[in-house]
Amino acid sequence: MAAEKHSIDALGQFVLYPVFGNVGRSLHIAQSNVLMAIAAILILGLLYLGMRPRAVVPGRLQAAAELLYEFVYNMVDDQLGRKAHAYFPFVFALFCFILFGNYLGLIPGSFTYTSHIAVTLTLALVVFVLGLIVSLRVQGLHFFAHFLPEGSPIFLAPLLVPIEIISYLSRPISLSIRLFANMVAGHVLFEVFAAFTIMLGSLGVIGKFIAVAPVAVNVAMFALELLVGALQAYVFAILTCIYLREAAVETHDEALV
Amino acid sequence: MDVVAAKQIGAGLAAIALAGAGVGIGSVFASLVATIGRNPASRPHVFTLGMLGFALTEATGLFALLIAFLILFA
Repeated sequence: MAAEKHSIDALGQFVLYPVFGNVGRSLHIAQSNVLMAIAAILILGLLYLGMRPRAVVPGRLQAAAELLYEFVYNMVDDQLGRKAHAYFPFVFALFCFILFGNYLGLIPGSFTYTSHIAVTLTLALVVFVLGLIVSLRVQGLHFFAHFLPEGSPIFLAPLLVPIEIISYLSRPISLSIRLFANMVAGHVLFEVFAAFTIMLGSLGVIGKFIAVAPVAVNVAMFALELLVGALQAYVFAILTCIYLREAAVETHDEALV
Repeated sequence: MDVVAAKQIGAGLAAIALAGAGVGIGSVFASLVATIGRNPASRPHVFTLGMLGFALTEATGLFALLIAFLILFA
């Protein structure tokens, strides 16, 4: 970056650092891993504590747990149908992990583990490999017939087959980059507008008045990021459902990359 | 040309891709509004599809952001 007096260090917030002193340094525990563990504890705690009363008329915590569960359940049910409920726990875990990661990252001073491509690409590759295994198990060698769309003339095969293969292989890339880039973009914008406030604040009395504007923008941005965090978790989960439906159900859908 | 200047120009050029993403997202929501306007009963079903289309379209804009970051910082 340019060596100005107030340069904006937009990407510094994504740097990993070891926590817990020497123990963490030798075990390579970064703040990212700690937040993943916190997210897992929060999810399990919400489900355990929320569902413990088993009341017919749910309390607040139970209503939250039921809302989360039923939202994902309806999504899986719509996409995969009754036959494929075996995949529901996987999709539910994925959705909760991403949702809590996105929301924990919005706490000031916290860290967004979904803003690292290593994390999102791992999640996307798990989905991809699972889809591959399921399709090979359910459809057998017929799976490879999907790379030539039905009813297409055979002389187009040299053109269509590479395109279909590339579009299939680019799924984990687009799935991971969508989540990672959304999180990075949101947090960079927070940082940039916060830096504007500091820059304007050093410009005297008038600057201090104008410096309110970036703060207001950041408040609006926060609302947008709450929407984006939930939306990206939803999109990741529903694309997982669509890929699994394509793998587990015979028909070939339109290419969704 | 100075390498830093060339990098910054390149990152700026990468932002041109946002025009396509803007048109795409606008088109998605225009269709969504038109559909719900014609048939308000279809809202719950169409809305999720619209959000899916929005996210898929938005990803293309974010690819451009990624290229800009790669040019600037890689």
